[in-house]
Amino acid sequence: MNQIFLVNESRRRFIQGVGGLALGIYVGDAFADKGTAAPGNGGADLLAPVNFEPNAFVRIGSDNTVTVISKHLEMGQGTFTGLATLLAEELDADWTQVRVEGAPADVAKYKNLMMGIQLTGGSTAMANSHEQMRKAGAAARAMFVSAAADEWKVPANTITVVNGVVHAKSGRKATFGQLAERAAKQPVPQDVALKDPKTFKLIGQPKLHRKDHVDKTNGTAMFTQDYKAPGMLVAVVAHPQRFGAVPKSVDAAKAKAIANVVEVVQFGGSAHRFAGVAVLAKNTWAARSGRDALEIEWDESQAFKLGSAEILAQYKEMAKKDGLVARKDGDAAAALAKPAKLIEAEYETPYLSHSAMEPLNCVVKLGEGACEIVNGEQMHTPDQGAVAALLGISPDKVSITQLYAGGSFGRRANPQADYVLEAVAIAKAAWDKGIKVPVKMVWTREEDTRGGYYRPATFHTARLALDGGGQLVAWHHHTVTQSIIKGTAFEAFMVKDGIDATSVEGVADMAYEIPNVKVELSTPDNIGVPVQWWRSVGHSYNAFVKEGLIDEAAAAAGKDPYEYRRAMLGKAPRLKGVLELVADKAGWSQPLKPGAAGEKRGRGIAVHESFNTYVAQVAEVTIKSDGSLKVDRVVCAVDCGLAINPDIIVAQMQGGIGFGLTAALHGAITLDGGVVQQSNFHQYLPLRINEMPVVEVFIMPSAEKPTGVGEPGTPPIAPAVVNAIAAATGKRIRKLPIADQLTA
Amino acid sequence: MIQLTINGKGHSYDGDPSMPLLWFLRDVADLTGTKYGCGMALCGACTVHLDGQAIRSCVTPVAAAAGKKITTVEAVGADKVGHAVQAAWQKLDVVQCGYCQSGQIMSATALLKSNHKPSDADIDAAMSGNVCRCATYVRIRAAIHEAAGTLSA
Repeated sequence: MNQIFLVNESRRRFIQGVGGLALGIYVGDAFADKGTAAPGNGGADLLAPVNFEPNAFVRIGSDNTVTVISKHLEMGQGTFTGLATLLAEELDADWTQVRVEGAPADVAKYKNLMMGIQLTGGSTAMANSHEQMRKAGAAARAMFVSAAADEWKVPANTITVVNGVVHAKSGRKATFGQLAERAAKQPVPQDVALKDPKTFKLIGQPKLHRKDHVDKTNGTAMFTQDYKAPGMLVAVVAHPQRFGAVPKSVDAAKAKAIANVVEVVQFGGSAHRFAGVAVLAKNTWAARSGRDALEIEWDESQAFKLGSAEILAQYKEMAKKDGLVARKDGDAAAALAKPAKLIEAEYETPYLSHSAMEPLNCVVKLGEGACEIVNGEQMHTPDQGAVAALLGISPDKVSITQLYAGGSFGRRANPQADYVLEAVAIAKAAWDKGIKVPVKMVWTREEDTRGGYYRPATFHTARLALDGGGQLVAWHHHTVTQSIIKGTAFEAFMVKDGIDATSVEGVADMAYEIPNVKVELSTPDNIGVPVQWWRSVGHSYNAFVKEGLIDEAAAAAGKDPYEYRRAMLGKAPRLKGVLELVADKAGWSQPLKPGAAGEKRGRGIAVHESFNTYVAQVAEVTIKSDGSLKVDRVVCAVDCGLAINPDIIVAQMQGGIGFGLTAALHGAITLDGGVVQQSNFHQYLPLRINEMPVVEVFIMPSAEKPTGVGEPGTPPIAPAVVNAIAAATGKRIRKLPIADQLTA
Repeated sequence: MIQLTINGKGHSYDGDPSMPLLWFLRDVADLTGTKYGCGMALCGACTVHLDGQAIRSCVTPVAAAAGKKITTVEAVGADKVGHAVQAAWQKLDVVQCGYCQSGQIMSATALLKSNHKPSDADIDAAMSGNVCRCATYVRIRAAIHEAAGTLSA
């Protein structure tokens, strides 16, 4: 069984710090009550007394269970498995005995080493902690070895560890569990040697199963939505239709008349989150019914009231004026004054909702001067600080229990802690009315879709100059989009000279060798639609624009789009590497098989670096005579350094492609008079299985440091598809989603 | 009083008969494997079997399930087909976030009970009501073929 669960933090523990590692012995009641045991919900009977905790990342029980503590959220991307693989590799653990639990909020122990705060994001889980986790495993292993050497009176160098069993040359052997107590008394090694990669048994193994593949197939995996506690009430919320509106009057009589509805509370908002009304009830249906029975009059005097058309019109005007210069190489204006060929284009992408399958939710347990959050927690310490500030208590009085998240795609890492604070505000309002019970706030799908913090809409103008030989000699690109970083705690290090680095990432740093490049950015400050990172952030739109434009240039030059790119990537060997690999695997040099009569087929290519990972994709599409589009096949090559879990890398490329296809084909949040026009999956269309292409993924062998794979699969797919459409039909798509552009 | 049989066990309920079965399963019967995703039969996360048929429990009033046999993901493994589907899902590591997978497994099991050897097109038709935002669709297809192979062996 691969059970995964959290352990009640209330059990007694004694930990002594030694040289940066902590050595601890657990005593006695290491049993969680069911209310706090999660995810995996395996039940208290599976928990054994824990004897050995050599550091913050692993505990080993007398029953041989190796519990790896993951400082990063498992939201589908495979972090629990990846971090456990790294630790178990150096520990020489038996993979079947390894379990994973989510870490509590503790920035000293569990900070993201690339950020300094405890946050899961930016595809950094493996990149920031691969060495940390390997060292944690190696240190624990060394302590088992010295424990065995002690007990058996043999030299340490005659001892080996295989699959969780410690062996001596003499033939003696003992399991981790048998040695745990003695191992806990060994000095923590100050420096440990890591394995030669040639001897890896788990890292790189293609068929290592995910640690969550059982509990997520039998209904026992625990998400926030599933969490229960004694006396808990469910809160369903009513938000205003327009961002910035607040309740003026509330008639809750009908809601309160519904059976099992306990209370109706108003909660205040801020510049960064909704004000609204919550119905608290003993079950979700009663709370939902109560919410629907509320009669609320809203004060919209401060509400945002522009529509998508007005926003776009404003962005087009802004693009005509000078922006802030994000990159300047050579003299683009001079080169553009006398081009052999000139390309002028406008590109456009919409707001996008994250729309994870698990709508936003959060459990709050208030106490006297204390608060526990139970959540698919993506940003432990910033959320901890925000909750503490709202309640007027110190951060150490806010504990966080991390559960699985049913997707996130960035949404659960909200720099304003919006939904977490909303849940706390509701629980506090109930508390103030004497209702001192745990509260589970759940957003309906409609609230989730209309809840803001979207991937921002963007508008781009571009002018490209080609010389007589078809070479790209100038690139002038102007992006207009809201900043996702300004006004957040990330501003100090992600906004420089007024430029939000995420707005221009993927273009301002593009690797193509072009002598004259100017990238400008204009950032509106009057748009009241809350925006946030969304899987692959700025790359999600900039790769579409950049790789679309390169294709336009190749077409204008009369060159093969693969060869055209390849010739400009001489100084970017890893990008060039994945480009060549994907072209080879996709059979780029062979003609594409034609479609049936009346069908047009085409093949498109795109290559993009994001989060230090390099991905190239080839998409093959068929367009029928009625204009309907089918993406038939996608071939993907990825270079993410050392492949820790090859099968998870493949899965993240498959998933990243599917996620990007939703945005390419259908995805758009639009506003009319400030009101979001989509509410549920009939209007915000997700990709479905009948639209999913065949996907073939190839991993570039590499000994470089591992980088992330959660996001980088997404950026290349939209441009690969529009480039394929252009190859098939000659029609250039410059606006996403593609939607009905081929039939209109 | 409504009588329900869920995973072979009897339940009585005297609350709001219009409450969707989903919320009875999750909030009353404490079977949280069945998920809320949309509340409008648009995503399939709430799929359960009612007398062997896959239905969306989020739009099925609890009253409509009275006297019928309800099977959820917690018990589908007791069935030969359900077990083969779960085993295939585990073998191929289909899951990512996992939130939609209970519904996927219930739909896949219903498909394989009526069609022992589905083609890709059959799978696409039968499974297109189940949304997966992680886009595990490539593996869902493969796992259904895998389960079909196990069952015919």
